[in-house]
Amino acid sequence: MSEGISQPDKPETLEGESRDLFSKFDDLIAMREGLLASGQEDPFNLVMEKVLSPTRAICNGRDTILLGTYNYMGMTFDPDVVEAGKQALEDFGSGTTGSRVLNGTYQGHKECEDALREFYAMDHAMVFSTGYQANLGIISTIAGKGDYIVLDIDSHASIWDGCAMGKAEVVPFKHNDLEAMEKRLRRIPEGAGKLVVLEGVYSMLGDIAPLKEMVAVAKKYGAMVLVDEAHSMGFIGEHGRGVCEQAGVIDDVDFIIGTFSKSVGTVGGFCVSNHPKFEILRLVCRPYVFTASLPPSVVATAATSIRKLMHGSNKRAHLWENSKRLHGGLKDLGFELGTEEPQSAIVAVIMPDLERGAAMWEALLKEGLYVNLARPPATPANMTLLRCSLCAEHSEEEVETILGMFKRAGKAVGII
Amino acid sequence: MDRPETDQTIRRLIDPFNKKGVEITEATTFAGDLEFDSLTVMDFVAAIEDEFDVIISMNQQAEIETYGQLVGAVHKLQADR
Repeated sequence: MSEGISQPDKPETLEGESRDLFSKFDDLIAMREGLLASGQEDPFNLVMEKVLSPTRAICNGRDTILLGTYNYMGMTFDPDVVEAGKQALEDFGSGTTGSRVLNGTYQGHKECEDALREFYAMDHAMVFSTGYQANLGIISTIAGKGDYIVLDIDSHASIWDGCAMGKAEVVPFKHNDLEAMEKRLRRIPEGAGKLVVLEGVYSMLGDIAPLKEMVAVAKKYGAMVLVDEAHSMGFIGEHGRGVCEQAGVIDDVDFIIGTFSKSVGTVGGFCVSNHPKFEILRLVCRPYVFTASLPPSVVATAATSIRKLMHGSNKRAHLWENSKRLHGGLKDLGFELGTEEPQSAIVAVIMPDLERGAAMWEALLKEGLYVNLARPPATPANMTLLRCSLCAEHSEEEVETILGMFKRAGKAVGII
Repeated sequence: MDRPETDQTIRRLIDPFNKKGVEITEATTFAGDLEFDSLTVMDFVAAIEDEFDVIISMNQQAEIETYGQLVGAVHKLQADR
């Protein structure tokens, strides 16, 4: 699912103006103006003036608890991580100014890929400049014209864009519906290439996929399996390898896609695999080849962070405690949540409609709490959601403070 | 199954999705006349796929705008099986 789109400057639409290529955005412009006219702070134009820690920032002049950053393991201010970045900036400069296949592979990029191979205990790792490009590149390169991609309807925008770019036949199935997935795999013409694309954690509702069953079915039909573990890396599974690890199917998965912009705490994306021919992708994957590689400081922070995450079991345990407490507390307050039980570090609070969702978002911000406002069309079933993502650095007390804020804001807006 | 039979079956399948009771003709459009959103399209396509045991990829769906085109496409998919 795509994130909320922001238009930083308020576009002006003049009456009677003739149609041009921007006319297709008129409905969205009107919806946005309607929302802002009701006195809202703009949910998609928030500025963090100062970031104090993984869990605190000054937002629009207010000291704010951050509960919507995907900074699950709180690595952004880890002293070792920051130090590694400073050192690399000093030693290797501010950027590579080149593609990985030309002048853009530094020692740091290799070390980062080494750290990933060790983290996942896999043979190959390929680092991309963003997580979006990792999905875009891998999917579009391995599944081309005439091949079939079977994917969950709630897949992330980067997965959909990868499918479209590769021109494969795209066959979606109902969210997390094993039977619907199997029916589609069964009907694919014999001899066609098959790729099943799944996510470990779906970021809108914070629910996980039944990977044990789904991966088994995909293999039964001879499909390759790609799992996006963006929202589970570092947190779910004994070694933090994700839902694949937790479900015991990591050895049956052909490709794991991940990102550095969540638990790892910087930016970048990757794919790990045991496929014997994997390395050829470095030459044929256009979103890998035709872009500059990550700056040395970024790969240095990523490598350091990944290595620390291997030993993060105490933090993982605390994050689970936080997730359970917030989920249970919000449920007790009477909020409707995306999952019956906490399944990940995302707790999605379902709002009755966009207007009250936006009002609740603003009320929380004024209380000093930042959460993600997710609205149609990025959300499943056109829901408006307040998405909370917890951090291992949120203290027990902070979680209680957050619950108090939700209680006051929810009563003020009339949701509970 | 011949084309009129395919047409009759699809008419039956579309009924629960045709919430406003729009009259279905060959020229009825899914996006415009029936106002199907993406989730409705997915459920409706799944119903057709299950009934006829065929696969209609999103690439094929993109070519189908009207009811008549859908009946034609499903009829052809069956014939090709």
